Amino acid sequence: MIIEDAAVAGQERRAGGYYLLSLRSPKLAALARPGQFLHVRLPAPADTLLRRPFSIFQAAEGEVRILYKPVGRGTHSMTALQAGDVLSVIGPLGNGFPPPAPGVHPVLVAGGYGMAALYLLAASAPRPGTAFFGGAGAADILCVPEFEALGWKVIIATEDGSLGARGRVTTPLDAWLSASARPRPIEFFACGPNGMLKAVAERAAAAGARAWVSMDRSMGCGVGACLTCVQRVRAPNGEAVWARVCKEGPVFEAGSVVWEEIE
Amino acid sequence: MKSKTSPSRVEPANVDLSVRLGPLTLRNPVLTASGTFGYGPEYAELVDLEQLGAIVVKGICLKPTRGNPTPRTYEVASGLLNAIGLQNPGVDGFIRDYLPFLRKFSTPVIVNIWGHTIEEYAEVARRFSGVEGIAALEINVSCPNIKEGSKLFGTDLDAFRRVLDACRAATRLPLIPKLAPNVADIGAFARAAEDAGADAISLINSVPGMAVDIETRRPRLANITGGLTGPAIRPIAVKLVWEAARATRLPIIGMGGIMEAAHAAEFLIVGATAVAVGTASFAEPRTAARVVEGLRDYLARHGLASVRALIGTLQR
Repeated sequence: MIIEDAAVAGQERRAGGYYLLSLRSPKLAALARPGQFLHVRLPAPADTLLRRPFSIFQAAEGEVRILYKPVGRGTHSMTALQAGDVLSVIGPLGNGFPPPAPGVHPVLVAGGYGMAALYLLAASAPRPGTAFFGGAGAADILCVPEFEALGWKVIIATEDGSLGARGRVTTPLDAWLSASARPRPIEFFACGPNGMLKAVAERAAAAGARAWVSMDRSMGCGVGACLTCVQRVRAPNGEAVWARVCKEGPVFEAGSVVWEEIE
Repeated sequence: MKSKTSPSRVEPANVDLSVRLGPLTLRNPVLTASGTFGYGPEYAELVDLEQLGAIVVKGICLKPTRGNPTPRTYEVASGLLNAIGLQNPGVDGFIRDYLPFLRKFSTPVIVNIWGHTIEEYAEVARRFSGVEGIAALEINVSCPNIKEGSKLFGTDLDAFRRVLDACRAATRLPLIPKLAPNVADIGAFARAAEDAGADAISLINSVPGMAVDIETRRPRLANITGGLTGPAIRPIAVKLVWEAARATRLPIIGMGGIMEAAHAAEFLIVGATAVAVGTASFAEPRTAARVVEGLRDYLARHGLASVRALIGTLQR
């Protein structure tokens, strides 16, 4: 974990109102592991106190990249960032994804821009697997070419049917899981809304597969001090305890998450 | 500009920043505020803990405590609403899991303590007595979550006195009650602390507050209400420190929305002997260290060789 003032290397607008922000930081790029995040001080407005967490999408050639959609005043202020502007960044933070176990077929499941948290895992996996991307509409399905370039098979679902299968991401996932010819054994890596993560956890349990889920929570400090982003998980002795999504997470083994206590 | 008050030249490196809080001597007057700096290790990779005047750790009660459901915090303009619910590892958990780490540093450790009952306050104070590596106890009487029956220890003068008397009888460690802002007469609480044998007081704790999501009409916090911290409360805190300083001779640790050295100087001018950096640490972990350096420059610029020469020098 380091804190540094990183220069913006560039920013580009993507489909669906998303932005890809590149920061020049050889240190962060070298330290970043799949599933970790950056805690970024917003450039404005001045009355915004807290940093905002962003999954590390890509890390290469001395740059780290994040993918975001402006949703509030703070993230809207980021859209004006230009090359040369400087942002205070703490990172890389959190426990990310473990590497896929040898000999398993990795299965990625992403909701919305959740795939941003999965790219580094896909890039570092011993062999490409199958990725399921879900979103409200075609505009929410991002970065398919980037994953296909890594040799991954990308299967898409949209709720309005504008791209891929109509329905939630679990629709094509369930069809794929029930096919007799599918690869075995498998291991899941997922990032998206809590409902989707829980659905993946259930499929993994039914398939006798391990699943790793990256949880998206509102955060305060990002380093484990403020206890804002806590999540109930099962300790090895079976007792339910708090875990800090920013510190023990954001990635958890799906079987350890106490799903009934997620609001 | 020449005048008889023209400051003599002082080099920043020669400014004496040390202050005394009762029996405690601190290398500088900048502390971390309880609840905003964890138990020490959380920020140790980003902040040199040796640069701090003291570390005040998150509130500890007798047994491990679960705290509130989520959402626990909500950011508002220039502030943060929180209702963490005092989640903590308990006395034994703190001594086992965190104190060995903190003992590696020369920075004094002040443990913020609380209890569900007066007896529990006293028991926690007793348990920390004689434990190596604990410099003082800050008594949290003012967290909105703590009450005896319907009475909040921080806003009921009689309950406040009984908590302090019980803690005073239980330990010889320096005691620093932390005062609530939402009282009619802060001076009465400051005097009561002095009468009970406290060694210093700290103020302010968070200001009770609430926010609502108008789309769902639900409260923003699972606990419904919480405590407001951050720059939004600073003028409230400065005013209360000024009033408390006129009511007691006890040294005061002033806090509430300090983001930079200028804000710390404000608290010292109205009578605080030391200050604590709170919510700012979440945004900029190195704020406390920056405040130390900024204070040094400010004092040198004003020809003050010691920070003690600034305390309580409000001009009228």
